[in-house]
Amino acid sequence: MCAVRGLTKTYAAVRARRGAPGTPEVRATDDVALDIRRGEIFGLLGPNGAGKSTLVRQLTGLMRPDRGSVEILGHDIVAHPERAARILAYLGQESSALDELTVALAAETTGRLRGLDLRRARAERDAVLEELGLTPIAGRPLKKLSGGQRRLACFAAALVGERPLLVLDEPTTGMDPVARRAVWSAVDRRRAERGTTVLLVTHNVIEAETVLDRVAVLDQGRVIACDTPAGLKERVAGEVRVELVWRESPPLQVPEVAALRQRAVEAGRRWTLRLAPEEARAAVATVTGGAAFAALDDFTLATPSLEDVYLALGGAAQQGLVRA
Amino acid sequence: MSAVPTGVAARPAPAAEDTGTRRAAAELGPRARLWPSLAAVYRAQLSRARVARIPLLFVATFQSVGIMIMMRGVVSGGGEAEYVVSGASVVVVAYVALNLLSQYFGHLRFSGGLDHYATLPVPPAAVVLGAAAAYASFTVPGTMVTAVFGCLLFGLPLGNLWVLLAVVPLAGAALSGLGAACGLLAPRPELATLLGQLGMSAALLLGVLPPDRMPEAVRFARDLLPSTYGVEAYARTFGGSPDWAYVAGDMAVCAGVGVVSLAVATWAYRRAAVR
Repeated sequence: MCAVRGLTKTYAAVRARRGAPGTPEVRATDDVALDIRRGEIFGLLGPNGAGKSTLVRQLTGLMRPDRGSVEILGHDIVAHPERAARILAYLGQESSALDELTVALAAETTGRLRGLDLRRARAERDAVLEELGLTPIAGRPLKKLSGGQRRLACFAAALVGERPLLVLDEPTTGMDPVARRAVWSAVDRRRAERGTTVLLVTHNVIEAETVLDRVAVLDQGRVIACDTPAGLKERVAGEVRVELVWRESPPLQVPEVAALRQRAVEAGRRWTLRLAPEEARAAVATVTGGAAFAALDDFTLATPSLEDVYLALGGAAQQGLVRA
Repeated sequence: MSAVPTGVAARPAPAAEDTGTRRAAAELGPRARLWPSLAAVYRAQLSRARVARIPLLFVATFQSVGIMIMMRGVVSGGGEAEYVVSGASVVVVAYVALNLLSQYFGHLRFSGGLDHYATLPVPPAAVVLGAAAAYASFTVPGTMVTAVFGCLLFGLPLGNLWVLLAVVPLAGAALSGLGAACGLLAPRPELATLLGQLGMSAALLLGVLPPDRMPEAVRFARDLLPSTYGVEAYARTFGGSPDWAYVAGDMAVCAGVGVVSLAVATWAYRRAAVR
C-alpha cells in the first residue's frame, strides 16, 4: 500500500558562524526503498539521528525529497503532497499546536479539520476518549497533563476521523504501561476491524520486537536491513549476549577476565559481550568461580535482541537504542 | 514489556495482496471545507486565548489606560484628545493582533507545531484566518474598556462607541495578517517576537501622538502603518457631524490591507508547512 523508491534527502552544509560551529552536508535519507503492506504494523527502528523522522516527514508530504518516489494507496505523494493529509493520520513528536486546548477540544477540532461535520466529530471524539480511558481528564488542558497523558491525548486526536494509514512517530514516549496497552489495543482493534496499516517510528527495541510485523533498521539515512523481527534475529542466532556487572572494578588479574575485556563494550561497571554459545558458557564458568566471582555484582545471559542485530549489521551508534 | 497485548504480536501480518501489482488509486478522505474548518480553528483558538491570554489582555488594556493618563498632562483637549483616545484604543488591537500573533506563529513554526495542521486536509487560509479572527475578537473587551475610560477622562462623547465594532475587526484583520506573516516568515523565533514588538511600538508611537505635532517624515511613516487608518476612522467620529465618507474610506484602507496581509500570511503558512 505504500511503496518508497530511491528516496534521498540531503541537508546542505552550514558554514560556521561566531558561536556556532558549522556542520557538513548530511544525507538524512540515502536511497531508501521500502514496501509497506496493507494491514501490517511496519516499524522504522534506529538510534536518534538515524533519519527516521526525516523519512517519515517525506512520507507524510511535510518535506520534499531531493530524489525518489513515494506512492501511498496509488497516490504519488511527491507530486501531490497535499493528498497525504487525506490518506493518513500523523502523530508527530510535538504537541505545541494542541498544548493549550483541553483534551476533548483537541480531539474534536482535529476531527473537524479532518473533514468531519460537527456531530460526527463529537461522536468520534467521545468514542476515542472512552476507548483510551481519557474521559476523566477530557476537560483538562494538555499543558497541565503529564508527558505520557499528553502523548495519549495527541494519539486520541490522531485517531478521530478514520484513516487507512496511521503514521506514529514514537507514540508511547513517556507513557506508563497502562497507557501503552491502551495504544496498542486501539491500534490492534483498528487493524482487525478495518485493515488499518501502521507505520511506527521507534528507537525502543523491546517495543519493536513485540508489536511490529516487519521492521526496517535505519542507520545514517540508509536501510541496513528489513525483515520480520524474528527473521532479523536469526541473522545473529549464533550469538549470545552476556552482560556482566562488577561490584567495583573488574578483576583484571584473572587472565580470562583480562582476555574478555578486549571483546566487551564497557559502560561504567557494566560489560556487554556478544559471544558464541560455547564461549559464553566458558565466560560464565570463569566469572562465577574463584576470584572473579567475588568481584561480580550481577550477570545475565540473553538471546540476541534487535539491538544486537543493529550492531551486528554495522550500525554505527553504540548507544541510542532503548530497551524499556 | 508486559504492556503489549500478546494479540498484537502473535497475529501474522495479512498477506501482501497489494505489493507488486499496481492498483487503482484509493479514494481520498474528505477535504475539510473552508468555513467549517475556519470555525473550528476559531473556536479552538478562542478557548486557548481564554486560558492563556487573559493576563496579557489586562496588560494591553492597562498599558493603553496608562498612556492616556500620561497624555492627559500634555494634550489640551479637543482634536488632540480625540487622537489620543482613538490611538490608545487601537493599540490594544495592535498589541494582541500584531505582537502576540507573530509570537504564536513563530513559536508554532519553530516548535514543529505546524506539522499538526499541515497533515490535516485543511485549507491554509482557514488556519491563518481562524487564528487571526480569534486574536482580533479577543481584543474587543479591552478596546471598549480603553475607549470608555478615555472618553470619560477627556470628556469626549460616548455615542460613537459602536464604530469600534467595525474598527476592531478591520484594523484587527490588517494587523493580525501582518503579525501572522511576520511570525511565519521570520528566520528565527526571536526575530518573529522582535518584529511583532517593533510593529506594536510603531503603532503605539505613531497612533497615540497627535499627527499635527509630527515632522513630515514621521507623518509619512504614520501614513504607511495600517493601524493609522483605524485610529483616523474612530477619531473622525468624535466631531458633531462626522464625514462618514472619510470614515468609510479609512475603514476601506484597513480592509484592503487586511486582505493583502492575510493573503501574504496564507502564502507564508503554505511555505512554512512544507519544507
